[in-house]
Amino acid sequence: MRREVPLAITAIVGFTLIVVYFIPHPPFNHFRNFFEDLFFIVAAFAIWLGCLNLLKVNADRFYFKRKGWPFAIVVWFGFFLMVIVGFWDGRGFMNPGTTFYYLYDILYYPLNATMFSILAFFVASASYRAFRARNKEATMLLVAAMVVMLGRVPFGYYLSSWLPEGWRLGNITDWVMDFPQTAGQRAIMIGIALGIVSSSLRVLLGLERTFASGE
Amino acid sequence: MRPRISTQTSNKTYALILSILILSFLLIPIPVLAQQDTLPPSPPTEVKAEDTPNDAGGSITIIWKKSADDIGVVRDDNKVKGYEILRSTRTDGEYELLGKTTAGAESYFDSHARNNIDYFYKIRALGLVSLSESLPSQPVKAKAQWVDWSRKYTFLLALILALSIVYFINQSKTGKELFIRKIAGLEAVTDAVGRATEMGRKIFYIPGISDMDNMQTIAGVTILGQVAKITAEYEAKLEVPTSRSLVMVSCRETIKEAYSNAGRPDLFNENMVYYLTDDQFGYTAAVDGLFVREKPAAIFFQGQFYAESLILAETGNYVGAIQIAGTGQPAQLPFFVAACDYTLIGEELFAASAYLSRDPKLLGSLKGQDVGKFIFLFFILVGSILLAFGVYDLRVFLR
Repeated sequence: MRREVPLAITAIVGFTLIVVYFIPHPPFNHFRNFFEDLFFIVAAFAIWLGCLNLLKVNADRFYFKRKGWPFAIVVWFGFFLMVIVGFWDGRGFMNPGTTFYYLYDILYYPLNATMFSILAFFVASASYRAFRARNKEATMLLVAAMVVMLGRVPFGYYLSSWLPEGWRLGNITDWVMDFPQTAGQRAIMIGIALGIVSSSLRVLLGLERTFASGE
Repeated sequence: MRPRISTQTSNKTYALILSILILSFLLIPIPVLAQQDTLPPSPPTEVKAEDTPNDAGGSITIIWKKSADDIGVVRDDNKVKGYEILRSTRTDGEYELLGKTTAGAESYFDSHARNNIDYFYKIRALGLVSLSESLPSQPVKAKAQWVDWSRKYTFLLALILALSIVYFINQSKTGKELFIRKIAGLEAVTDAVGRATEMGRKIFYIPGISDMDNMQTIAGVTILGQVAKITAEYEAKLEVPTSRSLVMVSCRETIKEAYSNAGRPDLFNENMVYYLTDDQFGYTAAVDGLFVREKPAAIFFQGQFYAESLILAETGNYVGAIQIAGTGQPAQLPFFVAACDYTLIGEELFAASAYLSRDPKLLGSLKGQDVGKFIFLFFILVGSILLAFGVYDLRVFLR
């Protein structure tokens, strides 16, 4: 039963949503919102599960002095600080001017932006490795990348402004992006779409059941 | 002194004449312009209202021919400043204001209609100070349709694909051997787990940052089942930090089953899977910290990733882990290709569980997928040939 019930629910919901996609007439059109609401209710309960797990794992880490245990204190402190401040501010705790909003603005937001900014440095290091001309394919990638990068900046325009219209870096960049790049990307996307259809069917037919405590 | 007085007098005269001239220039066009703006613009014509097709009812589409005075753009010199859409349930009844559009518009979508009630529509052209109304439309009722005919080709394609997948699944059940090409990234899974076992270091499995309503996450969790089976056999240490509570629960169940199936339920520990945060970069920071502190020997990225893909993969590369990634996000694939040892590109992510499990039923579904590829290839080929011969619209060509 523990295995069959989740699989049956998956199949019923999945096939109903397929029917809803093609039949907009009531009562079918109400099922989509109904199932979405159910998902959000389950997810809302699961958030508690996640929060409790986060606190438990970090309490264990601190108690058993596992690697990185001081960070567990930061997690506990940060978690309760935001929860207490949120309750203290009451309704509308996320509105500008509240303490919760202030903490969000001066702590959370800059930390988030910092993490995202690191991406710029990682792009540089990854590009350096990817663009090394080790073989024929990597050399082609390097040349294409150089052309596209130069074609996207004013310097590239000045560099090739003396060339005939079609041979300027900007035009070559457009061609690379519109044809080889788009063709490659579409091929990948068609493969993904087919893969999703196939995987969905496997799940709905109960062939793929690992996610639901399967074989 | 006299000539000086004379100059002052003549200057005053000139100034007076000049003022009169300027004023007359300013005043002359005013009555003309005012007269133009007080005249109402020509009314919109041919107002037609029809039930919006292929929907669940509750909406009516109204189209009309714009006023003859409407130059089609929002500009000061356009006599028409916009249109008002009016609705009534009786042709001679009181019309309520439904909404407004800008100048140049020739359609409106009434999404607040009730099913099976006759509605009449009028369009009002707005001038600067005056307006003009069209004649009312014919009565129209909003109705719910049983079938969305705009999706008929999607239905046909999905049906062919589904039938071919089911057909090949049945074929594989009969024991017919199916050829599946080698996928280097999946061949390396055992090597990666073996390496971690030899080095005595952990294996990290990152199932992406999306929830269980995403097919890529489900594919990632399914692959986790196969990876967990190998880690159980090798007695390697597996750790799965998740960014969604539901994913945490699913991963936990998956690993538990995999360890039981591998005959090592004793090695399973609930703390192998834990929740960090729903926040994208909070999760990234936490996982990066784990990578740097734990220095894992192998890292799997399987699921849906966004901007965090490169931050995670580069940190994994920095700590010297063997990395196998897979995602259906075309924009993230180049990052994984650059930073990881192996990358499952698009469809390979969805094929991975079948490939690793070697279950004939699952392998059969992969074969069915190929039928879909042939259909796409056929249409791409036909479309390319037609375009090469200058045929842009097949209906026009066949006519």
